[in-house]
Parts: sequence; C-alpha cells; structure tokens
Amino acid sequence: MSQDAEKSTAKLSKVEKKLNLLKKRAHLIFRNIDCVKLFNRILKKTPDEILATITESGLRGRGGAGFPTGMKWKAALEAPGAVKYVICNADEGEPGTFKDRVILERQPDKIIVGMATCAYVTKATEGYIYMRGEYNFMSKEIKACCEKWNDLFEKKDFPFRVSLRLGSGAYICGEETALIESMSGNRGEPRLRPPFPVSEGFNDMPTVVNNVETLAYVTMIMDDGLDFFKSVAKDDSMGGKVFSVSGDAAIKGVFELPLGMTVQEFVDIFGDGDTKAVQVGGFSGLCVPRKHFATTIIGYRGVQTGGSMILYNSTRSMYLVLKNYLEFFQEESCGQCAPCRIGCQQLLLGIEAMRQGTRPLSHIDKLRELVNVMGVASKCKLGMSLANPFNSITEHFFEEICSKW
Amino acid sequence: MTKDDVAEVIKTHGTERTNLLPVLQDVAATHRFLTEEDLVRVARAFKISAAEVYSVASFYSLLETQPRGRFVIRVCRTISCSMSGKGNILTKLKEILGIDLGETTPDKRFSLLETNCMGWCAEGPSMLINDTVYSHLTPEKVVEIIKEYRER
Amino acid sequence: MEKVSLTINGINVEVRKGSTLLEAAKKAGIRIPTLCHHPDLVPAGNCRLCVVEQKGAPFLLASCTTKAADGMEIETNTHRVREARRVILELLLAEHNADCISCPASGKCQLQSLAHEYFVQKTDFMNIADKSPIDDSSPSIVKDDSKCIRCLRCVRTCSELMGVSALVSAHKGRYTKVETLLDKPLQYAVCTMCGQCVSRCPTGALVEKNYVNDVWRAISDPEKFVVVQTAPSVRVGLGEMLNMAPGSIVTGKMATALRQLGFDAVLDTNFSADLTIMEEGHELLQRLTKALRDKEKISFPMMTSCCPAWVKFMEHEYPDQLEHISSCKSPQQMLGALIKTYYAQKRGIDPSKIVSVSIMPCTAKKFEASRLEMKSSGYTDVDYVLTTRELGHMIRQSGIWFDELEESTFDSPMGEGTGAAVIFGASGGVMEAALRTVYEVVTGREVPFENLNITPLRGTDGVRAASIRIDKPLPDWSFLEGVEVNVAIAHGLANARKLMDDVEKGLSPYHFIEVMACPNGCIGGGGQPMPTSPEIRRKRTAAIYEADSKLPRRKSHENSEVLALYKDFLTEPLGHRSHELLHTHYTKRDDLP
Repeated sequence: MSQDAEKSTAKLSKVEKKLNLLKKRAHLIFRNIDCVKLFNRILKKTPDEILATITESGLRGRGGAGFPTGMKWKAALEAPGAVKYVICNADEGEPGTFKDRVILERQPDKIIVGMATCAYVTKATEGYIYMRGEYNFMSKEIKACCEKWNDLFEKKDFPFRVSLRLGSGAYICGEETALIESMSGNRGEPRLRPPFPVSEGFNDMPTVVNNVETLAYVTMIMDDGLDFFKSVAKDDSMGGKVFSVSGDAAIKGVFELPLGMTVQEFVDIFGDGDTKAVQVGGFSGLCVPRKHFATTIIGYRGVQTGGSMILYNSTRSMYLVLKNYLEFFQEESCGQCAPCRIGCQQLLLGIEAMRQGTRPLSHIDKLRELVNVMGVASKCKLGMSLANPFNSITEHFFEEICSKW
Repeated sequence: MTKDDVAEVIKTHGTERTNLLPVLQDVAATHRFLTEEDLVRVARAFKISAAEVYSVASFYSLLETQPRGRFVIRVCRTISCSMSGKGNILTKLKEILGIDLGETTPDKRFSLLETNCMGWCAEGPSMLINDTVYSHLTPEKVVEIIKEYRER
Repeated sequence: MEKVSLTINGINVEVRKGSTLLEAAKKAGIRIPTLCHHPDLVPAGNCRLCVVEQKGAPFLLASCTTKAADGMEIETNTHRVREARRVILELLLAEHNADCISCPASGKCQLQSLAHEYFVQKTDFMNIADKSPIDDSSPSIVKDDSKCIRCLRCVRTCSELMGVSALVSAHKGRYTKVETLLDKPLQYAVCTMCGQCVSRCPTGALVEKNYVNDVWRAISDPEKFVVVQTAPSVRVGLGEMLNMAPGSIVTGKMATALRQLGFDAVLDTNFSADLTIMEEGHELLQRLTKALRDKEKISFPMMTSCCPAWVKFMEHEYPDQLEHISSCKSPQQMLGALIKTYYAQKRGIDPSKIVSVSIMPCTAKKFEASRLEMKSSGYTDVDYVLTTRELGHMIRQSGIWFDELEESTFDSPMGEGTGAAVIFGASGGVMEAALRTVYEVVTGREVPFENLNITPLRGTDGVRAASIRIDKPLPDWSFLEGVEVNVAIAHGLANARKLMDDVEKGLSPYHFIEVMACPNGCIGGGGQPMPTSPEIRRKRTAAIYEADSKLPRRKSHENSEVLALYKDFLTEPLGHRSHELLHTHYTKRDDLP
C-alpha cells in the first residue's frame, strides 16, 4: 500500500467515526419502520393534535425555502375550498441535490404516510407526487406504492387518494407555483404571488406543496415523537436534514445530518483535505470560501439549504464553476420576466467577456448592479436568488474569474 | 404514433387540461419526439390550438418537438458531472457515434444532447438514454453501452 | 364597494379593493412606465419596468400586478426604483435589435421612448437579439423576432381577445420566443391576420406589411388609373395619425387629401356597405323564406361575412360550419369587383389600366384581397390594401397640412353612402343596418326604434343579443307574421367562439349573427392608429354613431347610387350578376399537415 493510500485510509476511518457519531444523532429518514402500523396510530389522534405536534416540532420545509410546515398546513386547513390537495414536490432539480431521489427509492411509504397525515389535518382528499421526468425509471415502483396505499385508505374509509405525476425536464417546476402550473397542463411558469397555493393552488383550490424530505420527516415525527426530533439539532435549526454531497469530496452521497453545523465541521468530514470553497444550497445558494468555513452555519439561522453541498478543491477554476452555473440558469430560467431571462445571459456573457478581455474588469460592477436588480425586481425566486452564487463567487474569487487559469 | 395510438392515449388520460402533460409524455414516449400530427391531434382532442400544445411541450426539455433518434442520449453537463469527467464522456460519444451535440445519426438510431443536472451528482459522470440512467461513466463503459444499444 | 387606502409618494389615495398599484397611482395622478401592460389584457408582470418600492419591503413590487392594500406606503421614484428601471431598459435594449432608423415602428416604439426618457442610449451589455430571418410570408403581417422583447402582449392578445392562439410563447429561458406552431411562417399558421397583435406590439417586432411604395408607384404611372376606396371606420381613425384627438371625424378632409395624393377617383366603401346590406338582407330573407314558407332544411343562424379575419377563423376553426356564413363578399371586395366592371364600363376606362386601392382599418383585408377567388372582374379585384396607418404616412410624406384641408365629397358613382353604411365601422353596426332595411322591406315600416337607433345592439359587451317581432308584414311576407327574429353580435373572436360552440351543437337560438374579429369592431381594427385602448375605441365608436345621425339618408335601401346600380347593371339583389360579382365561397382550412 502506498503512503498516500495509507494516509487516506486513516483519514477515512477518522471520517467514518465522526460520521457514525452524527448518524446516531440524526438517523430518521432511512430507518425502516412499519408504516402501516404507524398510519393506524396516526388515525387514532385528532387532526388538531397532529397539527399541534407538527407546529411544535418546528419542522420547516426541507426543499430549501424553509417555510414552517405547521403554518402551511394550518393555512390550507383554514382556507375555504370544495376540494383540497396535497402535493409532494419531487421535482428535485437543484444542481447537486439528489437526496429526494434516494428517499423516493428507499422510503416511498414514509412519503405517502406524510401526505396522508397532511391530508388528515388539512382535509385534503387528493394527493399527487410530482416527480421530475428524469426519475421516470422509478415510476413503476412509486405507482405500485401509491396503489398499495390507496387500497389501504379505501379499506379504512380514509378519504384520500394519491397518484403520480411526472415532470418533463424543467428546473423551474420545483418552484411550487410553477409546479402547479405544470400539473395544470401549462408551461411551468411561476405564478404571481399572492395568492399562495395554500389558498389558491391546484385547480384554484387550497393546496399544500411539501418537499419529499419534509413529508418523510412528518412521518418520523409522528413515529418517534416530538422530543426525539427536537433533540437532533442545535438551536433553532431543528431536526435532521438530508444532505447531498458531491464535487471534490472524500465521500459522496446522501447523508442525514443535524442542522446547525458549521461549514468547517462539514468539510472536516467530507472534504478531501484541499477544499477551497463549498457551494451550500445548490446553485441558488451561497458559495462559502475557506476563510468563512468556521463562521458559516448550515441551517435556518445561517445559510439556508435544500441540502446540496458541492465541494471544490484548489484544482478547480472558479471561473469554470461560475460559468457552469450561469449556463444552467440561462437555460432553466422560465423566460417570463425580463430581468431573469436577459440577466442570466448577460451575467454569463459578461464574465466570458471579462475573461477574454473584450470587456474591462470594471464590467464586474455592471454585472453586480445587474444581479442586484435581478434580486429585487425578478418575478420569482430563481432570478432573485442568483445574487447569492454570483456575488459570493465574484467577491471571493475575483482573480480566478478574470485571469487565465 | 398513429392516429389510433394517439386517440388511445387520449382516451386513457382524458381531455381535461390537467391531463395535457401526461398525454404528451405518453405520445412522445413512442418515437422520442412529438410530430406536427401529434400536436394537432392532441390539440383537437383538448379543444385548444395546436400552437398552444406546442407552447407547452417546448417548455419541457424532455418533450422534444424536433425529430430525434430512437435512443436519445442526454449527458449531464452540470457542475458535479462536469467535474468528474463529463468532457471525456462526450468526446467519446461524439467519436463513436460520429455526430456532434444536437445531432442525430443518419440511421436515426441515436441523438446526442446535453442536459442539466439530473440528480446523480455523487455518481457522475452520468447520462440518460431515453429513461435509463447510466452513472459512474468512463469512456470504456460508454463504448460498451452504445454497443449494446446498437444491437437492440 | 370595499375600499382600501394607501399612500403613493406621500399622496393619500383610496381605491376599490382589488385595484392594482398601477391603477392607484393613476388615480393619484402619478405615471408609472410600463411595457408589457396593456389596458385590454390581463396583467402579466413580465417586463418588471413598472416596479415600485414599498416601505419596509426587501423587494420591489411590480405595480401592474400587485394589489393595493390598506396602509401601504408606496414610492414610485426612489433611487432604487430608477436604477432598477434603467437596468431593465438596458437589458431589453440588449435583447432588441435597435435598428431604429429603418424600423417601421420608430416613433411609436414604446421601448424607444422609454429608453429616451431614462437616458439609456447605449448599454454595456452584449446584444443578444434574435437572429432568425424576418418572416414576411404573410400578405398582412411582418414578424421580426430581432425586435421582440417578449412582453407577450401579442400572445395574450391572440389568446385572450381572439381565442386563436396562433402566436404563443415557445421554449424557455434564453430560448424563449414568440412563435407559431413549430415556428412556421405566419402564412401557414392558423392566423386570422387580424393584426390585433400588431396594434399592441410595443416595438417593431410585429408590423403590418407596407404597400405604400407600391401605391405611390401606381399613382406616378401615367398609364394607370388609380381608384381608391375608404372603409367606414377610416374616417374616424385617420385623424389620430395626423395629430387629431381620437373620435375626430375627417371624412371630407380625407377625400380632399386622397385627391391631392393623386388618386384618380375617390370612392367610398360605404357605397358597397349599403350594397352588402341589400344583398345580405335579401339572403337572410331568402333563408327565412325557404325555412318558414317552403319548409326546407336551412342552416341558421346566418352569419355575416364582412370581416375577413372572422371568415378565416371559421375556415380554420369551424370548417364544418361554413354554410352559416353569408355568401356575400365583404364591402371591399364588392366594390373591387364593381370598379373593374361597372365603374370601368361607365367611365369608359380599360379595366386593365385600373389599379384598385383600398384604405382599410384592417390588416386581414390585405389577405382577403389576395385570396384566389377575389378575381371575379377578370382581374385582381383589389390590387393594394393600405391600413389607416399607411394612409396617414402617405399624407405625412406628401406634406399636406391635413387640418387645414377643405372638405370635399366622394366621386360618383359609387361614392354615396348612407348612415347605415357608416355604422359598419362599429360592432353591431352591420346588424343594425341590416335590420333597418330588412324590417322595412318586410313590413313597409321603419324599425320600431327611436330615430332608427337599435340601441340594444350598441355598447361594449362582448356578446349582445336582441329580438325583433314582425307584426303585420306586407302580403308577400305574410309567413313572417308574429315571427321573433333573434339576432346576436359578437366582437373579439374569443367572444365569437362562445356563440359558435352553440352553433356547432345546433343549439343556437339566433337567425342572424354579426361577428367582427376586432374589439369593438372595425374602429378597433388591427390597421387603425396606435395606441388602442377601450377609451380610445369608445371615442371612435361615438364618432361613428354621430356621423350616422348627421347623414340625410340612414337606410341602405335609400342609397340612390345603389338603386341606380341595380337598375343599370345588377337588376336585382341576389340576381345573376350579383352572384357572379358580389358573392363568394369559402375554403376548409383544417387539413392535417
């Protein structure tokens, strides 16, 4: 065994130890439980009791936006409507995120129990899992799972049915109003908000849209109880969080970890020893440079994240990284509003031009002005959040952006 | 898809607007893209303009409205796959298929495209061939995979 | 009505609940720049130019889509707002082919004027204007994607007002583009050529096809005898092209201007509008006779055929219902056919030397004139169709001081028109004109409405209906005794669709339906001056009815030149010659590709 390999084994085992420690603290999502039994137990409680539990748990949306789940359910419960809907947002498209796929593959029952719990509380009668088209390979299994539960619901006279809907390749459909537009048979263009889906969603009826992971956590809160969930994390970032780790990482994949860690703690476990930056929260999140690792907290009181963690080591050109982001956004912007549609293209063309010398370096001021206008004037969060990656990368890695690598 | 096949798909799903995407997905599944006839037939059944059906379809990258081959290869180009060697995969594919990005082989068997993040970031480089995912790709693996598809 | 109160730039303003910030600002006397907003369309919030700042809010709000709420404190002119607007304008210019000197929309381009207003002369952003070739395949409309800023006014017009959706938003992100089905040339799209998209395009991405130079060439050719006709609604629209207020009636000055431009004969489409009523009214009576007296199976309702966009819409969308459409040609095409036959004969002119030009409020008329069946004179019945806007340009080019012109009348023959013809320009007008004549033909008495004004047919509702009971008909029409003739009108093809769904199912209770494709009829036509808005169209409509009320003859069957035409040439309505020259047939356009 070479010296390098020996060293890396030693490091890995250290990493594994730490990871196991963390896993003990947050080991909810992938633990196998008897979902049918749990569902029976849930039905023995009143919807009010359940709503109170979810609210008290402090569970917040795990898709990235972090909206308190209890509040969302309460709003949908109180909104008038002849029919109400629960939609599981499985349109996981944020670059660097794949945890929902793994949860869908391994724990589909938990998602459906989470949806049924929501339906029980909000009096919704129809549920949909809107899954991105790229995950079509698991449609058969998910459909079968839906059928299995629908039979059970029918047997129990529980007035709820769940079915699968597929996306067809559009990142923006992860935005809940765009998702609803897509389910309505339209272009997945975000709607004007308000009204919010909880009052006017699918078919203009009250609709709860929850992320895959959020729903799985609902199930685990119902199973393990409140106290365990709350004990998982530090401070106000309650509960665990499933992270998708990729890039220059010593170990990659899906990991359930407590919220509230610092980026440094994270890098200590997952980094390859040479991490220079971590993209927290996917392309629409922040790029945290090494000097901020120790002071940046991953979680609701720090950097909010849907769980995407992409690590970059010193061999990576942050110019190419940023270019890759912008290439993504200029295609995945829905194209409705001018700031986002044109802005994304100009940011990309702008950094390319600075690099090639066809625009002076001072062009960065123009681009920052642009990205900040996009941040306040775009129609939806896609355009608005672009300032996060753009400003953080160009601030910390300006030389890399402009000079030949 | 023949007229009857399209009618069958429409019958299965119904013609409420909420069923438009499922219908288009199923119609497109046969030959990997929507022909003008498909768009017009769906539009008639849904009582909307064919251009509107086109408008919806063209929004979604998996609902192609231009001719594609039997096997549509979509190589993930987003950062994690890009960092783990997507470039070599693409070069290999171009070489063995003899086509460039966006093109279809003359025998109409393969189309080569790039796609945005498809959720296999820890297992890159990755690609889709129609609905099937291939991850942990290497140029050698790609040769094998294509060979297998050539025989189908 | 529930009210909310808020302040805008410190001004207290109270508006009804549900109003937008843009409306509230208007009420407070504050103008907010807009581009994608249009008073006829559902707000989209696409361009973001109308952003304003709400005290305490981290983001700016699009005022066209944000509802006013109690206690809001809105600022419309802060540094942040101005900077955002400037950046957005720069972005739009980057996406735009700012080819202003040669752009047909220069001067009326809203992007141009806003860029000017905000001192955005150039931008450091890269130009990313679309590179696809200009689509000039259609005889009516030219589409230049390099000018398009994706405000989607055209798309919303085509779907919300027209119910056609020939133009749609296609693709997404950087590839987002306004396209037809599979981006086919307009000529091959399910486009009615109504030009309402042109009327609402804030830039030069959609403009009418311009034939001004062809007409100048004909005028300058000493060999040619150039005859011009002007549609009813041109006389209440043209003034707007020449710095006059909406609703100005310029009939007399227009006739003078046309002569000064060099037209050899100035005829009036109003003449053939009266003629249309004679033919179409008798067609209705013929259908009623066959159905009620002869008990034949006749399809009702009969539907008007004056509007070429409506006719093309039917050919595409309801190809199995074409028998409902009157076989009468439109007034433009009737006059066209007569100019190269009756008129040429009467004036002793070789019809091959005649160039027939019409001035229309309409872009679809250009298409209509190009239809293959419109050659019943043996020549192309109408050679060139200009819009009201194009005529305005010709007058400007010629250096005529329009407002100082003496008034004059149309030439004779075929220059006389009654009030019934004038109201063809407004939605409901053809129906009103038809009833004025048909009722009198049948009963020998005037329609039972004060001053002949059939008010239930007037107004702005998208669909309007009325019924007239026939009492004591003349002996020839005794089978009509006690019959309630049910009529309806629709304007805006989206409204026509509502009527057509019943017609298709055989449930329509109507005998006669008038449809005009454009909102409020031809006065709101796609060839009329820009801008267009409900307010401007209201003024033009009022002018139409005013013009009607002032005319000595207000019933088509009293048009002396029309009567002479029948006597000298046609013999009788629906006669042999009428059928040859004044009637037509339609084409199913629904074939699958």
